[in-house]
Amino acid sequence: MLRGTPFHSRTSALCEGQNWRRWAGYVVAGSYELTHEREYYAIRTTAALIDISPLHKYRIHGPDAVRVVDRIVTRDASKCAVNQIMYTPWCTDAGKVLDDGTLWRLDEQTFRLTAAEPNLHWLLENAIGLAVEIEDESDRIAAVALQGPNSREILKLISDTDLDTLGYFRLKRAAVADLPAIITRTGYTGDLGYEIWVEADQAGRLWDALMAAGRAYGILPTGILALDIARVEAGLLLLEVDYVPARQAEVASQTSTPYELGLGWTVKLDKGPFIGRQALAEQKRRGLKWKFVGIEVEWESLERLYWEFGLPPQLPTEAWRESVPVYSGRQWIGYATSGCWSPILKKYLAMGHLRAQYAKPGTPVKMEVKVEHQRKQAAARVVKKPFFDPERKRA
Amino acid sequence: MIQPYDAIVVGAGHNGLTTAAYLAKADKRVLVLERRDIVGGVTVTQEVHTGFKFDTWVHGVGWLHPKVMRDLDLAHHGLEILRNDPTVFAPLPDGAHLTLWQDGGKTVETLRGFSSSDANKWGAFAERVAQVAQILEAAYSVTPPDIRAGSFDDLIKILKLGGRLRRLGRRNMMEVIRLLPMSVAEFLDEWFETDVLKGTLGASGISGIFQGPRASGTTFILAHHHVGSPKGVFRSLGLVRGGVGNLSAALAGAARQHGAEIRTGAEVEQVVIVEGQARGVVLASGEEIAASQIISNADPHATFLGLVGPLNLPQDFVQKVRNIKFRGACARVNLALDELPSFTSLPGDGPHLRGVISISPSLNYLERAYDDAKYGGISQQPYLEASIPSLADPTLAPSGKHVMTIAVQYAPYQLKQGLWDDAQRELLFDTVVETLTEYAPNLTGAILHSQVLTPLDLEQEFGLTEGNLNHGELTLDQLFFMRPVPGWAQYRTPIKNLYLCGAGTHPGGGVAAASGYNAAREILKDA
Repeated sequence: MLRGTPFHSRTSALCEGQNWRRWAGYVVAGSYELTHEREYYAIRTTAALIDISPLHKYRIHGPDAVRVVDRIVTRDASKCAVNQIMYTPWCTDAGKVLDDGTLWRLDEQTFRLTAAEPNLHWLLENAIGLAVEIEDESDRIAAVALQGPNSREILKLISDTDLDTLGYFRLKRAAVADLPAIITRTGYTGDLGYEIWVEADQAGRLWDALMAAGRAYGILPTGILALDIARVEAGLLLLEVDYVPARQAEVASQTSTPYELGLGWTVKLDKGPFIGRQALAEQKRRGLKWKFVGIEVEWESLERLYWEFGLPPQLPTEAWRESVPVYSGRQWIGYATSGCWSPILKKYLAMGHLRAQYAKPGTPVKMEVKVEHQRKQAAARVVKKPFFDPERKRA
Repeated sequence: MIQPYDAIVVGAGHNGLTTAAYLAKADKRVLVLERRDIVGGVTVTQEVHTGFKFDTWVHGVGWLHPKVMRDLDLAHHGLEILRNDPTVFAPLPDGAHLTLWQDGGKTVETLRGFSSSDANKWGAFAERVAQVAQILEAAYSVTPPDIRAGSFDDLIKILKLGGRLRRLGRRNMMEVIRLLPMSVAEFLDEWFETDVLKGTLGASGISGIFQGPRASGTTFILAHHHVGSPKGVFRSLGLVRGGVGNLSAALAGAARQHGAEIRTGAEVEQVVIVEGQARGVVLASGEEIAASQIISNADPHATFLGLVGPLNLPQDFVQKVRNIKFRGACARVNLALDELPSFTSLPGDGPHLRGVISISPSLNYLERAYDDAKYGGISQQPYLEASIPSLADPTLAPSGKHVMTIAVQYAPYQLKQGLWDDAQRELLFDTVVETLTEYAPNLTGAILHSQVLTPLDLEQEFGLTEGNLNHGELTLDQLFFMRPVPGWAQYRTPIKNLYLCGAGTHPGGGVAAASGYNAAREILKDA
């Protein structure tokens, strides 16, 4: 049965639109207002408060914690300093991505791994014979993302720690509104932002404190529709949307390796054995057939297509997530998996899988669009991700 | 650096020694490393009490590949196998007893005392089991095909075995195929009506597994233990003169004669793996020894999850290894006796004591013994297979005294109380002695010394996972091309230059030296 998150008592009172979405067995707000527009702008111009509790979270603790983690993920966990966070995928023996998430080093012998899908079984399977305890802390820990240019100022008001020294992809234990919490400098928006993690029974108090502190800074409770646009702008992947996790694939051709997803930088072939290493080394040697790229649809082309019907361009108001064919001339060369109109860039963006020879930035391609019930092809070109990358993200 | 050895064999069990001997015979420089102070693994004879020598675990050689006997000239190295006659003596509580003999005619005579129908069917029954055993024997001397690869060689292997089956004729072929997955109880019920006969034959079908005679595939196990036995000879033990340890000694002798070096007291802690290739071993002492080929006589669980470590293996392979069923179910009680046991059903000394003494009055008796074990208990009335090797070979005990070794089933590795402890051992000992005393009342008073060995002892002392003597249960799903795990039945492993040669590989335990012989052939192909 679907459940409310630990913030449900607060979020349900605020969700005027009753626009609920499913996420990992929970319901979360799609948007709090009738449309998500203001919430999107909160992310980019003020501050947005987003309930991200449904993420799966695992605690990996013990003398062999590094060995277990290093066996599973593609990044080099031994290089993850205490209080550092690494983004990483993990793979099957065939090098196909199972899931992706963040890996935190809480202390020498303790990691937390966040994941989109349940992974407890996989972690336990791979910890056999090693001195490590693995706990599924998904239900025990509530998490909220505070994202946007004002997020730091708001958090400063109610936390006891120096946020100016908390670097990108680093974490700090701190008191937030007098609650023991972990603050991570992470997010899914590509903006300045933090995520705050507390015991589930303290979620309500945390929410209230953040809302109160943020009032003067334009904080808005924000649903996942606005988040989805932000993550496309940031060029961030979404499991089940941009790639089929290896466990769910019906045929091997549906799966992707980290290299094929543009995550080659996370694959540390030299770190020693890990699951998928051999296959990935082999693929690296042979080269890629597919690449995951950013696509920008040309405005003039859209204008022309719609003008044939006497219409101005009709733009998607929400981020879409479906497979859309991409062509070069008449030849099918791949498919886009998600896309949106970027309100801040004023551009029509998409991300997708293209045959490697067409994946170079600048390559002209054509993406299918439906204009007045008819399939048309809009001119587009391959561009670098992230589409939106403000300095404040890392500053 | 010049490597002093071409191959290192980890573990000097009889299969390890067999592989070592064959490799040495092929002019390889071979080093055998054994953790214990004596060679042989579970195939050992030890003087547990002064003057009394016990075949500690394995107490007979069911089938020793005749080619191994010849190739390694084991007779020359002191191996002599004694055939016991009768093969088995099964006393009953009511004073009757069943005896089966090497000579089929004598067996039929005995059976006539129970049931003329059973006696009349004996010849055809013997023929049927021999057919099955011959098919198995042929399959046991070859490397199982890799059904995934489907290469030409593999196809030929499958066709050859199929051809052998076909030669039996259509009817017999169907019958053989029908039998293997059957329960031994159903199989025997089709033939016979005498309970003690069915119990005593059926005991072969449960030997060494954690299942009762009504479990599927137990007919296969009956046939497995019949491989190499002459037609109509059941439960033949094959005692080794001087104790079963002499088999190991003979194999070690042959290996040494061909130049192999054997080091005891040398515990291998780890196989050195560099970039997916085995390069050598590290001993518990810290010493590192390099070699081009590493051969593990340890069971697959101990080899892959212990010596190699899951970090060095593909995830799905680790999963398969973890799923191997071990479930040790046998214990052993060894007794030093002041006098021979005298059975109520046939008092005093006599030929019957030279056979296997089998407490197996009926299939139901065996099934009930399993019922207790299924829920984590020691069988209240266990199936016992006892032998008194000092009768055939008086050197095993002081003059006039005897050693009796008793295999006990079921004594599960996983007890409902948790691990084996002194109280459970004592309970096991009492249960065994009480059970036997029902049939041979003087036994209790004749015991001078005793030794109780549980599946946990087997694991701790010999490194056998969950105390399984066969390195993995001999169930149909863990045999032939699925042994040790599907896809890896050719003695090779996912680690290059690392091989398995123990009973965890085809054809498994209970058929002496067959795994080691087959493994050597594959290893030499790669060398």
